[in-house]
Amino acid sequence: MDQLFEGLLNYHLGFVVWAFVAFVLLFILLKKFAWKPIMAAIHDREQSIDDALNKAELAKQEMTRLTAQNQDLMQQARAERDEILKEAKTLKDGILNEAKKQAQVEGAKLIEKAKIEIENQKKAALAEVKDQVSSLSLEIAERVLRNQLDDKAKQEALVANLLKDVELN
Amino acid sequence: MDCNQVFVSKVKRLIVVFTLLIAFFSLKVDAFAQVDSTVVPVDSAVAKTAEAASGEHAQAHGEHGEEKFEPTKVIMEHIADSHVWHIVGHYSVPLPIILYTDKGIEMFSSAQFHHGEHDYAGQYYTYRLDDEKIKVVGADGNIDVVSSKKVYDFSITKNVAAMWISVILLLIIFTGVASSYKKRVGKAPKGLQSLLEPIIVFVRDDIAKPNIGHKYGKFMPLLLTIFFFIWINNLMGLIPIFPGGANVTGNIFLTFVLAFVTLIVTNLNGNKYYWKHILTPDVPWWLYPIMIPVELIGVISKPFALMIRLYANISAGHIIVLSLLALIFIFKSIAIAPISVAFVLFMDVLELLVAFLQAFIFTMLTALFIGTAVEEHH
Repeated sequence: MDQLFEGLLNYHLGFVVWAFVAFVLLFILLKKFAWKPIMAAIHDREQSIDDALNKAELAKQEMTRLTAQNQDLMQQARAERDEILKEAKTLKDGILNEAKKQAQVEGAKLIEKAKIEIENQKKAALAEVKDQVSSLSLEIAERVLRNQLDDKAKQEALVANLLKDVELN
Repeated sequence: MDCNQVFVSKVKRLIVVFTLLIAFFSLKVDAFAQVDSTVVPVDSAVAKTAEAASGEHAQAHGEHGEEKFEPTKVIMEHIADSHVWHIVGHYSVPLPIILYTDKGIEMFSSAQFHHGEHDYAGQYYTYRLDDEKIKVVGADGNIDVVSSKKVYDFSITKNVAAMWISVILLLIIFTGVASSYKKRVGKAPKGLQSLLEPIIVFVRDDIAKPNIGHKYGKFMPLLLTIFFFIWINNLMGLIPIFPGGANVTGNIFLTFVLAFVTLIVTNLNGNKYYWKHILTPDVPWWLYPIMIPVELIGVISKPFALMIRLYANISAGHIIVLSLLALIFIFKSIAIAPISVAFVLFMDVLELLVAFLQAFIFTMLTALFIGTAVEEHH
């Protein structure tokens, strides 16, 4: 046992010290100049990849949400369009009906006016005819009378005649 | 996962034992066959003194004659730390030797030892490289044991140098990756960044998070450093040529340092629940004399297991590969080479897996220990 450890320190302490120094130096230098930047870079990259993936996932969700919204909007728009069309149709029908009614009313009024006018004209025409007939008959009568009165005998005949008529009455 | 690990290391151990057995027997046969050869190295120490005694003769012999091949020695030399970094053939890089003695600090090149053949007279003592250990030589030419105990070896050995190379590589790689993160903020990774990011994320999501919980962020730098330090050293160890090939993570002192860091970090971050569990466990009070020591041993034994596991696995891998290659020289036949190389290739591929697996296991268990220390609910 003594022989095994004889001179152990003399021959090997130096190596142990060198190895320890080399390792510690390597550790310090690598820690400062290699491991810290490398680990930080790897960590950052992983983080950014994670972020990107999360964002992509969010974007996907947003996309589906938007698509759904679009669908909704479309449906709504379609419904609205139908509504508007329907409304327009009813409006159109209403207007048409109104117009029709108004036209009928207007027409009726016009006809009425025309009738009245026709009546008036007829009355006026009749009055004129009566006037003319009376004046004509008066003229005729005058002429007849003049003719009659020119001659005495005839005057007497006429009076007799007239008297006869009166007796008949 | 752990079961599988145990199985793999068992198999490895079996292979090592078997290979060494073959090596041992072949050695015996060779020894008998070459009884009349000039140099019979019964023991490496004897061979060395013989070589030292007749330096030039031995050198000439080494170049022209047939050198005795000792697989165990060769393998152990490759596994162990060294003061020179062998590259190829006769070329090797001498490494600086730094000695802390009771009289002062000494620095000189390991080339001064001429591969352990010469003593070096330093400022304070005369030194000899004896089996990769630096010892003080007295005036009489023998090793001075008392003075040797006063000399502490702080040399930049092969393992220290390899470790610094790994450290520099890691710094270059990861500061580069960090700067490309700064340049390409928020963008997809590119190049080296895309190669390493999954591993970093793996350490975070599969090691730190499940074992530590939400407090994992604080320990990430430590876990990542441990993971990549072990891994790159394991991989560098698999490269057979300079600047790889050093058995850094198969060095028990390095694994000791790593396990010690785990021990310190775990216990410094231990909360009241952790300490309550150790000091006043949920057992009847009269069991405390047994339970408290058991718990305290548990504190030590967990990192101890880490230390041994990593050391044994990586060393075993190196030993297997070297043993398989040693077969060529044991049988002294080039015909063995294809088989050896095929097995080595297989083992190397397996070792690639083991390199990752051991780094993973060490980090995961560290995370687990930290996790038990910072756990809130009880």
